[in-house]
Amino acid sequence: MPRNVVITGAGTVSGYGAGLAPLWEGMCSGASALRPVTRFDASGFPCRLAGEVANYSARDHVPKNYRKAVKVMARDIELAIGAAKDAVADAGLVTRGTLPEDSTDPTTYPIERIGCHIGAGLIAAEADELAAALVTARTADGRFDMKAWGAGKLENLTPLWLLKYLPNMLACHVTIIHGCEGPSNTITCAQASGLLCIAESTRVIERGAADLCFSGAAESKVNLMGFLRMDFAKRLTPTRDQTDGAKLVRPFDPGSTGTILGEGAGVLILEEMEAARKRNAKVYAQVAGVGSAHSPFRETGATDADEGFQYAMEAALADAEVKPGEVDAIVTLGSGMAQMDMGEAAAMRAIFGDALAKIPLVTLGPAIGDCMAGAGGVQAAVAAKCVLEQRLPARLHAGTPLEGLDAGAAPSRPANLRTVLVANSSLGGQNAAMVLRRVG
Amino acid sequence: MSAARVVITGTGWITPIGQDVESVWKALLAGTSGMGRITRFDAETFATNFAAEVKGFDFRSLVPDADDHADCSLCAKFALAAAWQALRQSGLRQSQGFNPRRFGIYLGSGEGPPDTENYFRPHLEGWNDEQKKLDHPAWTRSAYKNMRPAVEIEQEANMTLSHVAWAMGTRGPVGNCLTACAASNQAIGEAFEILRRGEADAMIAGGAHTMVHCLGVTGFIRLTALSSRREDPTKAARPFDQTRDGFVMGEGSGMLVLETLEHARARGATILAEIAGYGSSADAFRITDMHSEGKGPQAAMAGALRQAGVQAREPGPDGRPQIQYIAVHGTGTKENDKIESHAIKQVFGPMAYKIPMSSIKSMMGHLIAAAGVSGVITCVQAIRSGRIPPTINYNVPDAGLDLDYVPNTARTIQDENGRSLIRACLCNAYGFGGQNDCLVVKAFEG
Repeated sequence: MPRNVVITGAGTVSGYGAGLAPLWEGMCSGASALRPVTRFDASGFPCRLAGEVANYSARDHVPKNYRKAVKVMARDIELAIGAAKDAVADAGLVTRGTLPEDSTDPTTYPIERIGCHIGAGLIAAEADELAAALVTARTADGRFDMKAWGAGKLENLTPLWLLKYLPNMLACHVTIIHGCEGPSNTITCAQASGLLCIAESTRVIERGAADLCFSGAAESKVNLMGFLRMDFAKRLTPTRDQTDGAKLVRPFDPGSTGTILGEGAGVLILEEMEAARKRNAKVYAQVAGVGSAHSPFRETGATDADEGFQYAMEAALADAEVKPGEVDAIVTLGSGMAQMDMGEAAAMRAIFGDALAKIPLVTLGPAIGDCMAGAGGVQAAVAAKCVLEQRLPARLHAGTPLEGLDAGAAPSRPANLRTVLVANSSLGGQNAAMVLRRVG
Repeated sequence: MSAARVVITGTGWITPIGQDVESVWKALLAGTSGMGRITRFDAETFATNFAAEVKGFDFRSLVPDADDHADCSLCAKFALAAAWQALRQSGLRQSQGFNPRRFGIYLGSGEGPPDTENYFRPHLEGWNDEQKKLDHPAWTRSAYKNMRPAVEIEQEANMTLSHVAWAMGTRGPVGNCLTACAASNQAIGEAFEILRRGEADAMIAGGAHTMVHCLGVTGFIRLTALSSRREDPTKAARPFDQTRDGFVMGEGSGMLVLETLEHARARGATILAEIAGYGSSADAFRITDMHSEGKGPQAAMAGALRQAGVQAREPGPDGRPQIQYIAVHGTGTKENDKIESHAIKQVFGPMAYKIPMSSIKSMMGHLIAAAGVSGVITCVQAIRSGRIPPTINYNVPDAGLDLDYVPNTARTIQDENGRSLIRACLCNAYGFGGQNDCLVVKAFEG
């Protein structure tokens, strides 16, 4: 008997706050979460807006006995932990993390049967922390003194400093908190990371290596190094005096001047279908197909007619045995990086032809920004919610998208969504796609 | 539909003790240490001032399309050189009917090394001594002045994958995982699963990494994970020896071409070995240390053996253990070697004492994300040659660490005609944070 995989929980942390509920409410109401940066002084950058998560700490989302560990978590890890907790609660699961410390109550699944796949990006060392240590090894003329650093000043970094920034720590902390001893992976393919993780979890469950997986991705580039690197890569829009990010991020608009970064985590609970049925779990949708492909590499991402993005979507549709004509909506990033968006649009047109004009696109860029590795995780959660609620969120757009795309400004509306495609291209050329099918 | 069998048709290896598979293998059998004083930066005063560096690496002579990758990181350069070797050996891209959409890639490659001096400068120039804090606009001004866009962009954790995928011409399934020291075993395992399911005909799989830079060495020193035997670096890496005091950093890359058996046969490829099993687990214990029973490593080994149809505790038809060599994780830290030995005994029972196992990290250092694939290539070479590289610097047995670590001298396991008697090997990799990935590599038997 082939094993099928369904989504039974979804959790996010985004510019709208901790939880999928505020994200969904925010997206449906049509308010953008892109605001002036407060996490650091961004006044030296041409782009000064972001989708920040305000007043957020993982301390509020971990068991009491794990609070001390938050000290050794980079922001990306903190975001992942909140999304995982939200997903567990949503799925109605009992895990090691939901039980009191000394409890011997059973968990919903034995820990050996739980996997965890959480994608991540390159985590930059916190500049404030690093600077405070580096300045203890300065020469009289203000240069870095490698000899003094090596001879002992390096001890001004906390002993576990390295572990704070390893990308696999997102998944590792989640496995420790919730008790997941099954397969665990950390995929680092920029915006494609989340869907690649969900694809891998799906395969792991299908082949019987686990019955349930935490699956998604998280990243925050809302920090000095993140802003610098993304501006170096010419991805960010200058913001000048504009404080409303949704005015600037214009998905699939050839005139869009770039994207705005968001902090984001999206984690799904994926479960073997029969097991989920047995425990009467709420089912969002079935993961009907997944696919991935690589584009010819361009540092700035996709360009016109990106066949890698096309191949990934075609692979997911074929895996789901779904014809293009059956797709009711496509959940995309809609970064507002014109070159990336144009490449995605051309690839979608290659598959759907003129019918593309009738397929609503869900775009996250103007709402929460480009959450980099976190993007795919959040998109997957939003897509699952669309299918569950049979509703499309509002779409923000301050410009004019390409002709032949259903991507312009629109209010939230009910929609008949049986089959939804989720897809990501990435800065680096990795592409991933997933087909969700309504169950029942 | 039964799952496809997956074979290895190409291997490539850039390491501190050689820059192609044949050279590395010779050096391993000779017990060569690649350790020396760090030259990449001035580490003179560091508690650990030595590592195993790739020396005399001539990117342009190793990579035909070097100009296309001029700005890429050293990590990507190692990866490209190893991938080209593997691709050439496989003859894959020249094959008739080669379809790039059926050609995938799954790497376990690391981030690019930081541009230390230029990276540190904004932190120093932006520091406000009176307020004792970093002035962010001052940091930003200095960063735009000092840091180099290409070098920064190339550090992203998907960039090595991007370069290698481009060079190899893959348009099929894709992935890059970064599960610390387990990464490339996991990449090979997941590539194996992708091929088994028939989602591709061939995959590039492997890993690359270098953390031999100021912050990398700093980070591991702070974790007290490195050997600090400054007086004689070549004797510093002592896996399983009682006097071991940590691992020694290495760097480099290993790459494989994996194919479905059907595809390899159809094009008449030379088959080097078969991937027969993959097991993956998480400790779910603590980020700082391993569970004393090594439950996670046990589960990963058991999973790989089960999938490969190996009964760990039973002898084979010839009376010998069904696994004839283990490429252990064997980092040389107090904790890893003790727990790994224990876990192997738990999985293999009394049979554990009859299986030779060695740690190549004693010679080439710890290649971090590229450690797993280096173990796999060691298994391939062992199977093909009937030789096992030693664990060097092993002199003082440690209590309870009483397995056959192949101390100091390579071993020959061949029949009277000089043919290899090594038919099946296990390769272990365990990552910081608790992700474990093990593979079973078998001699190919049609």
